[in-house]
Amino acid sequence: MTDMVKVTIDGKPFEVKKGITILEAAKIAGIRIPTLCHHPDLDVAGICRICVVEVEGMRTLQAACAYPITFPMDIKTNTSRVRKARRVNLDLMLAEHYGDCYTCVRNGKCELQSLSSEYGVDRYRYPSVIKPKYAIDYSSFSIVRDQNKCIHCKRCIRTCIDLQQVSALETANKGHDVEIQAALNKPIAEVVCINCGQCINRCPTGALRVKDAGDFIWDDIENPDKYVVIQTAPSPRAAIGEEFGYPAGTTVTKKLNAALKRMGFNAVLDTNFTADLTIIEEGHELLERLHKAVVEGDKSIKVPMFTSCSPGWVKYIEHYYPEYLGHLSSCKSPQQMFGALLKTYYAQKMGIDPEKMVVVALMPCSAKKFECNRPEMTDSGFKDVDYGLTTREMAVMIKESGIHLKDMPDEDFDSPIGHGSGAGMIFGATGGVMEAAIRTVYELVTGRKVPFDGLNVTPVRGMEGIKEASLLIENTVEAFRWLEGVTLKVAVAHGTANAKKLMEKLKKGELEYHFIEVMACPGGCLGGGGQPIPTTPEIREARARAIYAEDMGTEIRTSHENELVAQLYKDFLIKPLGHKSHKLLHTHYTPRGKYFIPDDK
Amino acid sequence: MKVKEIVLGPHVLGSGLEKALEITPYEVILEIKDSKIKGRGGAGFPTGLKWQFAANEPEPTKFIICNADEGEPGTFKDRILLTDHPYKVLEGMAIAGYAIGAKQGFIYLRGEYNYLRQHIQNHIDSMKEKGFLGKKILGKDFSFDVEIRMGAGAYVCGEEFALIESMNGYRGEPHNKPPFPTQQGYLRKPTIVNNVETFCKVNFIISKGAEWIREYGTELSTGTKLFSVSGDVKHPGLYEFELGITVNQLLKEVGAEDAKAVQVGGASGINVARKDFNKTISYETLPPGGSIIVFGPNRDMLHALKNFMDFFVEESCGQCTPCREGNYRLLEGIEMLEKGECSVRYLKELITLSEVMKDSSKCGLGQSSPNCFLSIIENFRDEILYR
Repeated sequence: MTDMVKVTIDGKPFEVKKGITILEAAKIAGIRIPTLCHHPDLDVAGICRICVVEVEGMRTLQAACAYPITFPMDIKTNTSRVRKARRVNLDLMLAEHYGDCYTCVRNGKCELQSLSSEYGVDRYRYPSVIKPKYAIDYSSFSIVRDQNKCIHCKRCIRTCIDLQQVSALETANKGHDVEIQAALNKPIAEVVCINCGQCINRCPTGALRVKDAGDFIWDDIENPDKYVVIQTAPSPRAAIGEEFGYPAGTTVTKKLNAALKRMGFNAVLDTNFTADLTIIEEGHELLERLHKAVVEGDKSIKVPMFTSCSPGWVKYIEHYYPEYLGHLSSCKSPQQMFGALLKTYYAQKMGIDPEKMVVVALMPCSAKKFECNRPEMTDSGFKDVDYGLTTREMAVMIKESGIHLKDMPDEDFDSPIGHGSGAGMIFGATGGVMEAAIRTVYELVTGRKVPFDGLNVTPVRGMEGIKEASLLIENTVEAFRWLEGVTLKVAVAHGTANAKKLMEKLKKGELEYHFIEVMACPGGCLGGGGQPIPTTPEIREARARAIYAEDMGTEIRTSHENELVAQLYKDFLIKPLGHKSHKLLHTHYTPRGKYFIPDDK
Repeated sequence: MKVKEIVLGPHVLGSGLEKALEITPYEVILEIKDSKIKGRGGAGFPTGLKWQFAANEPEPTKFIICNADEGEPGTFKDRILLTDHPYKVLEGMAIAGYAIGAKQGFIYLRGEYNYLRQHIQNHIDSMKEKGFLGKKILGKDFSFDVEIRMGAGAYVCGEEFALIESMNGYRGEPHNKPPFPTQQGYLRKPTIVNNVETFCKVNFIISKGAEWIREYGTELSTGTKLFSVSGDVKHPGLYEFELGITVNQLLKEVGAEDAKAVQVGGASGINVARKDFNKTISYETLPPGGSIIVFGPNRDMLHALKNFMDFFVEESCGQCTPCREGNYRLLEGIEMLEKGECSVRYLKELITLSEVMKDSSKCGLGQSSPNCFLSIIENFRDEILYR
């Protein structure tokens, strides 16, 4: 075959596909080449020079991650020349890196640390950094940047600019003074950062991390005057096991429930409950919008409607497409709906003073920290959600409380509002909100279950960047005759780069949809910026499988069948989009724009 | 060995281009290949081969870039060519455009040469008026235009890919190769990047023939070369010598026979001490570059070395580890040597570091910046260690 090339790697002959890199060829050959700046989700940089190999006939060493094989080659990955270069380059990075491993959040999960161990580093070869050079940037609610630990692999830059196309981070200066800066050297809270935290997930060291809420939560748990409630989202439950030695794609919901109760949380509730509520509210909002736009001909109504569950996506559209804010569903995210209800309905029902209540949200997401600190998120009369806590932080809290997750018994969520359906569960995967909405809206409009095998709306599933689906609505019930014969068109995007593609097409008027789901993170929430590190396409797919499996195992698979939600409407909210719903469950957005007023006004 | 005035000598405007347009583009490339000339920027890649690579690309849109980002410490040859002989550069670019099938050329002009911009533009305009540039050149079915693009002062933008990135509107940083610029260059289209002097030379090769140019120089280093001579010499300035000239011969010509050392090829070149003055300046022994910096008997070589390393620490793009951090460590080591704080053992570490930088840096900057460190430490070890 002409598209195959003969290569020799470490003396053994192989035939590989023309155009693949030396790194990929070595992987096929079962030979490990160490890497650092390389990441499976990112464009090739070839800058750390750790993966260098010898190629017969070439004057210098070549970066295996960047060199495409287009002609027969004799490659050597393990010679003294190669080992010397890797070791020296590693030593150079250690010399610019400041910080002790034992005081670092990435201790044990740092790629620089594990490479040092692999290459037997036992001293600093070059004078090491004695004093930190940079102030740590604590400006953001979500992300902490400590440039002293940066080794300039530019994974964060490639994440922010290429993968997410947010461009909040940039490279500044040159030579030894090169720095990663938030745009224009501003604090990160003042730039277009959407808090997605994807940069954190791809940083090989501890230069980027989330702002830790653990200690505040411990203080509240130990304070007898406080009533600490935790709500857990599906994605952390499908991923936190990775921090405790389970393979990716293991759901540990019930063990986690037990652990959280032992840690001292007064109540452990399921965010899926408000995911179901979101579907009810958002589904009705969609139908109301369509009715107003189609039947009443109201030109001020914006269609397509966009989902608003992802706080990264919400901030992205506030920055980059503020003119489209009218398209965003006014529904709060499940986290914030839950907070608002806990400090009103739940507090009332349980007889707890909402002032003494502390609401913690276990989320896969760094942007949730920013979201719960939005000034408008106080509709209960208090801060609706006190702390957004990521999967990684929770893993540390569990570890420091001495709990072995694997030894925990299976326990259920607490009542009375803490249960969700399978539809709420799949919010964690890209396409999940759309699927849950379709399951409910279709049934609402036609009185029948969605015409998909096992209720699995497969066209909106999977890891393709942008997914489209359409559904013909026929034999409608009386109230929705106006939708008879309409083909419902929907789209799903995950990762803001894909969202951008979709938005640009919408802007040009090339697309017509009724409803669009966007999640800021690749893969949806399961790939969130607070999830266990590392992240790869394979790991995200495994988490998605776990989430869909849990949906299949749930008795109730549609949001409107959740009896607790029905009870909530009966007791408290009265009806979807009603007065109380509007007060507690809906919100508004802030146009932010791409640019900032300079300091010298 | 005499001073040869070829590039600097008389040239009838358009004589090269006229002859080129009489033969096929393929024959032009053959002629250049036959001349065996190598790129005059410093890396010494065979010019004809580069043109052939670009010509063979199926993509119809191609570009010619003249690298006038002359930044190597001690070089000023391109500045003089652009000042006194700009039409030779432009004519050479047009010949290259004809050879590879490009309609557009660019001069990437060093930021500090901004004052030359109008001067060059005037020549572009006048050549257009005379029909040597623009549409239907010399009445033939060949159009070629030249635009000037300004650099912003980064040395690394003299590296072809960093230059192209800068022109593409990005941070000027080198790429991984392959793909090469001849495959995906400016706007991801096949592009050749050649030095100012290379384009000048092309006129003579075409008008006088490859065989004629091969009479000058050596078997592997054909033709003449411009040298910007500076430092402790009686007659500094621009010289054109045959390649293969020995250091001794060169020093005699410029009036520096008492030199202690010569830096051949600028800061990224090699330091040559008296014991090696009989070596020839050619691609096979001492790569010529464009700059000859002469050090008189009283110069402090550690000080000279520090000056060079200062430059590289400042001018590394900071992208790859060995160059970003390695140059800084070498400079730090030089400062330790100055203070007498560098042990022989640590000096050995720095020599290892230099070797790794040469072997594993991403582009020519980091691959050549340790040359001065290695050669000066080797040549003047006693002077430096026992100060």
